[in-house]
Amino acid sequence: MNKIHETASSALEGVLQDGMLIAAGGFGLCGIPELLLQAIKDAGTKDLTFASNNAGVDDFGIGILLQTRQVKKMISSYVGENAEFMRQYLSGELELEFNPQGTLAERMRAGGCGIPGFYTKTGVGTVIAEGKEHKEFDGETYILERGIFADLSIVKAWKADPSGNLVFRKTARNFNPPAAMCGRVCVAEVEEIVPLGSLDPDMIHLPGIYVHRIIQGTHEKRIEQRTVRQKENV
Amino acid sequence: MPWDRNQMAARAAQELDDGMYVNLGIGIPTLVANYVGDKDITLQSENGMLGMGPFPFEGEEDADLINAGKQTITELRRTSYFDSATSFGMIRGGKIAAAILGAMEVAENGDLANWMIPGKLVKGMGGAMDLVAGVGRVIVVMDHTNKHGESKLLKACTLPLTGQGVVDRIITNLGVLDVVDGGLRIVETADGVSEDELRAATEATIV
Repeated sequence: MNKIHETASSALEGVLQDGMLIAAGGFGLCGIPELLLQAIKDAGTKDLTFASNNAGVDDFGIGILLQTRQVKKMISSYVGENAEFMRQYLSGELELEFNPQGTLAERMRAGGCGIPGFYTKTGVGTVIAEGKEHKEFDGETYILERGIFADLSIVKAWKADPSGNLVFRKTARNFNPPAAMCGRVCVAEVEEIVPLGSLDPDMIHLPGIYVHRIIQGTHEKRIEQRTVRQKENV
Repeated sequence: MPWDRNQMAARAAQELDDGMYVNLGIGIPTLVANYVGDKDITLQSENGMLGMGPFPFEGEEDADLINAGKQTITELRRTSYFDSATSFGMIRGGKIAAAILGAMEVAENGDLANWMIPGKLVKGMGGAMDLVAGVGRVIVVMDHTNKHGESKLLKACTLPLTGQGVVDRIITNLGVLDVVDGGLRIVETADGVSEDELRAATEATIV
C-alpha cells in the first residue's frame, strides 16, 4: 500500500468533511502541520472543530483558517498569541473549550489507545471540573475526562519512511504523536521521506501503524519568540 | 528593603536541592535558573524536554527547539525529548520534584489563582493546572501586593482557581511564608522588613 502522496491537497482527498473534528499536532508554531493547514484552507472545508494546544498566530498555523471563518470550535489550552481568535471568541463567532494542557494531551493519547475516559486530579476544584464526574481513589478526588476520537489527525514530523514510521526533531515532537494516534485517518507532513531501512527501527518515535498518508514538503518553521544571549568577549 | 526580582529568584533557588527535576514558570521563576550555582538541577520544559539549556547565541536559534514560553533555547548533554502526553505523564505522576511559578492570588488554604481574570482577555491555563495538581512541591514567587497595594495573600481567592489547596510555600518581595493548618506561617522576612510590616501587608491569617 502506497502511503506517499505528492501534495498536501492530494493527501487530504476524500477525508475532508464540513463539521469534522481534527486533531492537530504542534506547540505554538513549533512542529505544526503548516502545509496541511494551508491545504485545508484551500479546500474551504467549514465548521471545523480543532483539538490543538494553540491556535497559531493571525497569519500562520490555525490562524489562517480563522481568517477564513472555517473554524467553529477550538479545544485548546492556550490561545494568547492570536488577536483574531480573541476577536471571534469575544463576539461569539467561535466556540472555545479550554483544556489543561496535560489533560488535552492525555485525552488524545487515550483516544488513540481505545480508552474512552480516565480520571485525573488536574482541575479538581476549578471551573474545569464543573459538570464532570468526581470519584475518590485512596482518599483523593479525581475527575473524569474523556478520550478524544478525531475524524482526522494532521501532524508534522522530521522524517518518515514509506511505511509511515516517523521521527521527530527536538521539541517539535510535542503534541504530534498523541494527535496522530487519536484520528481515524492520520496525514503526516515531513521534511524528508527517506528510503525503507534507513531509519533505525529502535529509534522510531511513532510507528507507521498510526500514519496513513505522508507528504514531503518545504516548511517555513517560523520562530515565535527569538531569544538569544550575547557571546562573551574573549 | 524588600527583595527585588533577582533577590526573590535567588531566594527561590535555595528551595532546590541537588538532583531535583524542576519546572520553572514564566517571569521571575525563569530567573531562578541563574541562581542554582553548583547544584545539579534538571529543568523540565512541559512542551517535551528535560535538561533545558540557556538561550542560544545569535544565529544559532533553532525553530524546533523552544521552551514552554515559546522562546528559543538550547539543549545540554543530558537533554532528552518526548511528546506532550509523556511530558504531562511525568508531571501528573509526581516525578517532577517542584514547580516554581507566579500567581495573581494565593489563599491561606493553599488555593492558587493565576490563569484568568473574568471580563479581561482570557488566554488559557496552558499547563499550570496540571503542574500544580501533579508536582511534588508548589512554590509561588510573586509580589506581596498588587498594583493598588492590596494583599495578594488572601483569606480566600476571588479569581477562578488554578488549583485547590496546592501551594506549599510563597516567596514574595517581603519574605517567605508556608501554607500550614489554619493559615500561613512566616518562615523569614526580607532583609530590613519587619514581621509587623509583613503582617500589615497580608490579608491572609498568619498563624
